[in-house]
Amino acid sequence: MAAHQGSVNIPVLLVLVATGLVAAIGFSYFFTSSVIETEISSLTKTANLPTTEKKFSVDIRKPIGPPRVLTGLDDVHGSAVTVSCSTCHATREPNPANKVGSDLNEFHGSLSISHGSLSCLSCHNSNDYDALKLADGSRVEFTNVMTLCAQCHSRQMQDFEHGVHGGMNGYWDLNRGAQTKNNCVDCHQPHAPQFPKMVPTFKPRDRFLEKADQ
Amino acid sequence: MSNNAPQEKKYVTLPILGQSSRRTALKVAGAALGLAAFGKADSPLMVIPENVSVDEFLQRHYKELSDDDKRKIFLRLETESRENYGADVTISDPKPIPGVKFGYAISLTKCNGNGKCMEACHKENNHHRGVDQSYIRILEMSKGSMDMEQGTTTYDHAVPQDDKYYMPVQCQQCDNPPCVTVCPVEATWKEADGIVVVDYNWCIGCRYCEAACPYHARRFNWESPEIPSEEVNPNQGYLSNRVRPQGTMEKCHFCLHRTREGRLPACLEACPTGARVFGDLNNPESDINWVLKNKRVFVLKEDLGTKPSFFYFFD
Repeated sequence: MAAHQGSVNIPVLLVLVATGLVAAIGFSYFFTSSVIETEISSLTKTANLPTTEKKFSVDIRKPIGPPRVLTGLDDVHGSAVTVSCSTCHATREPNPANKVGSDLNEFHGSLSISHGSLSCLSCHNSNDYDALKLADGSRVEFTNVMTLCAQCHSRQMQDFEHGVHGGMNGYWDLNRGAQTKNNCVDCHQPHAPQFPKMVPTFKPRDRFLEKADQ
Repeated sequence: MSNNAPQEKKYVTLPILGQSSRRTALKVAGAALGLAAFGKADSPLMVIPENVSVDEFLQRHYKELSDDDKRKIFLRLETESRENYGADVTISDPKPIPGVKFGYAISLTKCNGNGKCMEACHKENNHHRGVDQSYIRILEMSKGSMDMEQGTTTYDHAVPQDDKYYMPVQCQQCDNPPCVTVCPVEATWKEADGIVVVDYNWCIGCRYCEAACPYHARRFNWESPEIPSEEVNPNQGYLSNRVRPQGTMEKCHFCLHRTREGRLPACLEACPTGARVFGDLNNPESDINWVLKNKRVFVLKEDLGTKPSFFYFFD
């Protein structure tokens, strides 16, 4: 009886092994190709939404646009007069060697930079100071700053695309409601991007805490 | 017939009273004492406590309640909330979403121990303000150690410290939950979406579950919760964040009144570092599954075989 069963099982086993091999090869191909695709997409797009169609979207907060500089003057209606970056920069010669605010003798002197070995013009666009630029020199708007960040921080971008970096609000189930995600610069100051230290404000007073106090 | 020997007179006797002996007398006394002691010991069960209404006292187990029962109970709880807390609340009873199993993951690389999650939990879940209760406890751990028992919760300096990492611990929603096994009255159980819930009205407050949980995730209501009326969260779930009666156990329920409606848990939304990931383990495209496939993931106290639905990872 046992011998009979054994003889039946051998072909079944062979079939199983063959299927396993095919599946393994298929999977490895699928995984390598998908990883490469994700890496490429993280460099080219700001957000990679889930592949299946959902009723609601993931909205990523965007910066309001190019910064405006306060002039210290008020207009006739009493609102502050601001100018765009290009107002001053249009007439100045760009210096690609500048790396820190203290190198500058007129403006931005107090700006402290702690962002690797980047120079100002690594990210700022000397052709148009109201925009930023990518590593290949192409223009990118302030509102799409994440594309710029993702050039170096592709792993963080990959995490971000999968909801594993950056805070979010709203719905986990996009068929029931939308989700809002933070932008890089919501949490990281671009000139000194390290996340700041915090002081805990809320401590539960539980029995473990009391024991430790004694 | 007449010369028959006189018949022995037959006595009809009661088994005890008739043949009283020292032994039976002691037995009787013992039985009486025992009955009296039993009656005395049981007497708290015969009296309805002052702070419990008759309806509440006679209320059946959650799983035995009909829709009609629930409607009445929710109405009663909403009225009580108005009377006791001055707050207009809505009690709901969201059911598990079919096919969904919840999972949670925390990046220990990102978590900096700032405690915003604990605060959000405290507010969302109508915790007793007097003890700053929360379902989350953040452990400050020495780098190099993975033993959660060595973590401390008492730190009050700027975070993160260079030689420390921070590990938030809350209910791990185990697939093999020891807290459920030890409950003598089945007041706590695991739902289809993986959330371990408590029937606060069925719980007798014996705290076995608190002792059984290896993650110190359960909390006991020593007092009736005090919450200012403007701080009461009006969106309440019967099995989740409704105000719990004194003397009952409670625990993290993955904010089921939110998550079963598709929303994210309160602690995740509050996290300023983005360390928290929540989603459906049964959906291969979910964020949580991406973490499980792509990160170095571990569970707490894996050797105990509790099979948590809660994961930790380092980037």
